[in-house]
Amino acid sequence: MHHRFGRIVLPVLVIAGLLVAPVLTSGAPRTSWDAKACGRVGGTLVFGQAQDAVTLDPADATDGFSVNNTSNAFDTLVRFAANGTQVEPGLAESWKVSSDELVWTFKLRRGVRFHDGTPLDAKAVEFSFQRQLDKKHPYHHGVFEYAEFTLESVKSIEAVGADSVRFTLKASNAPFLAMLAMFSNAVSSPAAIRKYGKDYFKHPTGTGPFKFVEWVQKDHVTYEANKDYWAGRPCVDRLIIRGIPDNTVRLLEMEKGGIQIMDQTNPPDYARIRRNKDLVLFTGPGLNVGYLAMNVEKEPFNDVRVRRAVNHSVNKPVLVRAFYEGIGQPAKNPMPPTIWGYNDEVKAYEYNPEKAKQLLAEAGYPNGITTELWWPNRARPYLTQPQKIAEALQQQLAKGGIRAKLVTFEWGTYLSKARNGEHPMAILGWTGDNGDPDNFLYVLLDADNAKKGTASNIAFYKSGALHDLLIRAQRTSDQARRTALYRQAQEVIHNDAPWVPLVHAGRVAAYRKQVQNFFPHPLDIRWFYRVWIEK
Amino acid sequence: MTRYVGRRLVETVPVVFGVLLVVFVIAHLTPGDPVLIALGEHATPEAVEQLRAELQLDDPLPVAFLKYLSHVLRGDLGRSIQNNERVTVELATRFPATIELSLAAMLIASVVGILTGVLAAVRQNSWFDGLSMFVALFGFSMPIFWLGIMLILLFAALLGWFPISGRLDYTVEIVRITNLHILDAMVTRNWTALGNALHHLVLPAITLSTVPLAIVARMTRSSLLEVLRQDYVRTARAKGLRDSRVVTRHALTNASIPVITVIGLNVGSLLSGAILTETIFAWPGVGRLVVDAIFARDYPIVQGTVFVIALVFVAVNLLVDVSYAYLDPRIRYG
Repeated sequence: MHHRFGRIVLPVLVIAGLLVAPVLTSGAPRTSWDAKACGRVGGTLVFGQAQDAVTLDPADATDGFSVNNTSNAFDTLVRFAANGTQVEPGLAESWKVSSDELVWTFKLRRGVRFHDGTPLDAKAVEFSFQRQLDKKHPYHHGVFEYAEFTLESVKSIEAVGADSVRFTLKASNAPFLAMLAMFSNAVSSPAAIRKYGKDYFKHPTGTGPFKFVEWVQKDHVTYEANKDYWAGRPCVDRLIIRGIPDNTVRLLEMEKGGIQIMDQTNPPDYARIRRNKDLVLFTGPGLNVGYLAMNVEKEPFNDVRVRRAVNHSVNKPVLVRAFYEGIGQPAKNPMPPTIWGYNDEVKAYEYNPEKAKQLLAEAGYPNGITTELWWPNRARPYLTQPQKIAEALQQQLAKGGIRAKLVTFEWGTYLSKARNGEHPMAILGWTGDNGDPDNFLYVLLDADNAKKGTASNIAFYKSGALHDLLIRAQRTSDQARRTALYRQAQEVIHNDAPWVPLVHAGRVAAYRKQVQNFFPHPLDIRWFYRVWIEK
Repeated sequence: MTRYVGRRLVETVPVVFGVLLVVFVIAHLTPGDPVLIALGEHATPEAVEQLRAELQLDDPLPVAFLKYLSHVLRGDLGRSIQNNERVTVELATRFPATIELSLAAMLIASVVGILTGVLAAVRQNSWFDGLSMFVALFGFSMPIFWLGIMLILLFAALLGWFPISGRLDYTVEIVRITNLHILDAMVTRNWTALGNALHHLVLPAITLSTVPLAIVARMTRSSLLEVLRQDYVRTARAKGLRDSRVVTRHALTNASIPVITVIGLNVGSLLSGAILTETIFAWPGVGRLVVDAIFARDYPIVQGTVFVIALVFVAVNLLVDVSYAYLDPRIRYG
């Protein structure tokens, strides 16, 4: 049921490159955020997504549908820029770091109030974080999945005076600031949490541009403009976020004007939207990777020649054209080129089935190999049409002498089995959380994450050389040094070939022409703060 | 009769217990882990382990079941793993949506189905008989999601007669008492909301009614044809009763027993059909609740919902059996 939302980075330096890339748009698309004042104030904006929110408590959210809600009603101490993943001041107007990079002190913006009228002060921030981290906290009501991940490096959090908050880390951690900007670290009103207890998820109270009004579960959430928002009021008076599960019905609603912006368009519907004069199809580069992982602990994939043979058998441009309507690009590295540190000098394995056969013969398989290709039976941002893509891969591999039987399971079972290493080859992918290379390379390919049962490195690839590079990169915040380390890391991965990196899918959004100043954020979170509607 | 109902009620206890046990075991033995699914690709090993412990998912199965059972007996169905909502609250808001939809569909299916069946039987082998039975077969074989989309395309998108999706416009205010919008609107004399709710109900109810409608029509026809051939009907005709009176008064009552059985049994197919219908029409009912919960391995929600659905089944079956006795005095229960 959960659509994992894509979280995508778009550093300024690559925008130029993207303009050259075939970015298909129609109507009046926005290629960058333009934070001018509203062209018109007022009206109701209705956004239709494939599912209603699961929870409105940002700290306890795990799915993109909930996050699209909470991100419009809450603020974080630091936030991502409107058009990328650079981190900028949010509720904290400035911050200082100690020379050993262990102590971070944030100075809060003055005069900010929660929607319930209580003031945002240092104690409130401390409370909001403590309830996530401290399992004995009286208001630790929830699972708080993302706290484990985003606040892993935090040793303690404390209020210093009325308007400063101090975070002490266990070890220096370069991605810390980006983690703080993530949705789960939004600040909630302690008064509201105390008032509603376990039902706080139905009574979200933040400081954000939109105030919560009503939630009809599995249907819609209503918000009104927070006219006292610290950064100025949002343009529309009301925001409605509806859940409409069927893709066709959601599109019909938008064509009829029942909703003005929709999420998750079917690739086969792109042409229909482009033809409609009332609609705009936005497309831009994505922050994800779809890949085929080979289980290097299993024969024959313990032999690098076999893994390279698989790489030579896959024709990626064909996949992108056929199943992504051309919106996306073939991958050669485990992370997308939209992230800093991308190594464009890595030379992709060329499509050459003959070479694949030859490599297999050298490895002792003159008649090719027989194996299984696992595929997830659920569309993902990086895998738009899973079954068709798996079937196409099966045919391509066969030409290189790799006869693969297709195997699939329901999503939950699939994840569980893949993490347990039961597959020989499996298709999976990743969407970035915060725009840091660490968020791709360390999570997906480091030996630390290759423990059977819980692995996120489902190639079970364990390289000492790579581990050394990735840990060094975590321990320094010098961006130039980190860039050099990550570029090297991509070389190592390319040579060992534990994956076939398949594709970086583009991001797509569709909306009615009256919608102005809407920029689908690279992290795939929908922010409506500065969106306005033309009469 | 009272004794009979009492005995049937006692008999339901092991059935309901069995359902609880089976659902619990199946839910917990399905591979996949709620924490892992919630975090998807993003679950770190530490997070999965720690959160499992926190959710007490590591209890041995019998222990976990006994804990669950003791809570259920106290009327506590637990809280959702996904968002902490009480299962009872979740059901109280969702079930009414499905009940409203299913009742409307059942009403359409029964009225239209019985009428069609009777007309087809009375005019056996006429063009109406042939056409209606063909349409019924068609309705029975048609995929619900396809029909739903077609109805939306024609009557909502093209002609604009009905809303495309949803249960109520977000602009319409309604006081939520029972969460049955139609009832709530009538009780509070909110005619705008009543009109809006009915307007939203038409297309999904028609969609959901097709399969039971087809079954009811065919069953009525065949059952009535059989009865019409019996001696007492001939006798009734022989003593000069009008044909319409023979059919409605004498034949239909006896022909209705299998029809009522079918209607009762179809409550089940309505609930499963409701899952698809609810998805197409973005209808916030229990079908979508349980499907979403299964995919998320939200055990408390799955268990609670199936438990309540089982109760509904038991109640409907009881009602069907009781109505036999009412319709046919020869049926006596010991």
